[in-house]
Amino acid sequence: MVQPLDILKETSSQTAGPYVHIGCTPNITGIHGIYDADLGASMKTGPVKGQEITLTGTVYDGMGAALKDAMVEIWQADAAGIYPSAQDPRGSADPNFTGWGRSAGDMQTGAYRFETVKPGRVPFPDGRMQAPHVTFWIVARGINIGLHTRAYFADEPEANAEDPILTRIEHQSRIPTLLAEPDGSGGYRFDIHLQGPNETVFFDI
Amino acid sequence: MSNADKARAGGYIPRDRGWHPAPFHPPYKTSVKRAPQAALLSFPSTLSEETGPVFGHTMLGPLDNDLILNFAAPGEAAIGPRIIVHGRVRDEAGRGVAGALLEVWQANAGGRYRHKKESYLAALDPNFGGCGRVITDADGRYEFRTVMPGPYPWPNGMNDWRPAHIHFSLFGAGFAQRLITQMYFEGDPLIAHCPIIGSISDPAAVGALVAPLDMARTVPMDARAYKFDITLRGRRQTAFENRPEGL
Ligand SMILES: [Fe+3]
Repeated sequence: MVQPLDILKETSSQTAGPYVHIGCTPNITGIHGIYDADLGASMKTGPVKGQEITLTGTVYDGMGAALKDAMVEIWQADAAGIYPSAQDPRGSADPNFTGWGRSAGDMQTGAYRFETVKPGRVPFPDGRMQAPHVTFWIVARGINIGLHTRAYFADEPEANAEDPILTRIEHQSRIPTLLAEPDGSGGYRFDIHLQGPNETVFFDI
Repeated sequence: MSNADKARAGGYIPRDRGWHPAPFHPPYKTSVKRAPQAALLSFPSTLSEETGPVFGHTMLGPLDNDLILNFAAPGEAAIGPRIIVHGRVRDEAGRGVAGALLEVWQANAGGRYRHKKESYLAALDPNFGGCGRVITDADGRYEFRTVMPGPYPWPNGMNDWRPAHIHFSLFGAGFAQRLITQMYFEGDPLIAHCPIIGSISDPAAVGALVAPLDMARTVPMDARAYKFDITLRGRRQTAFENRPEGL
């Protein structure tokens, strides 16, 4: 026998199920009067610094069908690369930017949409700079544990080429699955594929 | 967290994916085409995962943690057995997680969700919305009041029923801790039949999702109580930073 380590096990994940929106975006499902507004519906509380962008996309299953019951959350730094979080020791973020968004997706198409800003660069633990990126977290019926990934920006080739994480991906042919593409009108498109030849690179972080 | 503490907080401890449910679990049919097939990309957590959105107690309404009343007409209440659900959110080192936002949702006492895609013929309760939220105190403790949800059938196998459950969504201090799970109730015979719970292979991990009846927290002549403690991921603690020897 040896001494116990006294480390607890993380509570196991379970699927968010088909009704995640009742709990997380009740107003969108028609449950009004409990919360004034759905959390994460807006990432801006006033005028924000930096380049304002829209980030849109669709989550596809292994048959190529769009998920209409997913919930997508994003978390990102402000335009200066600072997170609006007490855990960021580097200073104060833009006070009018929350950094966090939540989308139930369009009722007909499932497409998510965020009105946000293009994030600045954030350091890796060893001090190298990461390319600008937005962290994604996807849950839905049939997804037993929430999926983490990142959207990088296709129009940041120099930063992407030296990103400590992108450069570590074994199959470099999969990098385009992590690139949000400019849509020509100030927005970016980032589709997520749960399976198939274009399966998005998902992260174990 | 003080600056001294920050200096000692390392990255997040990796997830034990064998303790979590298998993403691909054919008895849960929807998982078959929604489970990624490639290996996940592993790397040490960065500021992007060690930070996360902050939710303050001031955003909460007075009835946010009371599902019996938060959708009910004045003077009325949700139908069903009244229960209190309480517990503590802690990290893997056992430290309470203060300021954690918990969002919960559930079917009503008859097993019916308030959702237009819901097809179960059990009756809606006009006084039950089905969602609530609470933020943990300085110790990581939380409590909310609701009605016992009913089990419900779902289209998977020909005759599958979910055990009674409450869905939980949790935010810790870092986005790496983001978690959605479900709480089950002690003694529910449907737990052993559920293909969703069956995606978890370790019986101890299933047991950690089952809340015991807690007679000590029961309110006599009013509500029974169930205790559900939740563990979020923890960070490595170290006095030794990664740096080349000799510096
Ligand atoms: Fe459910």
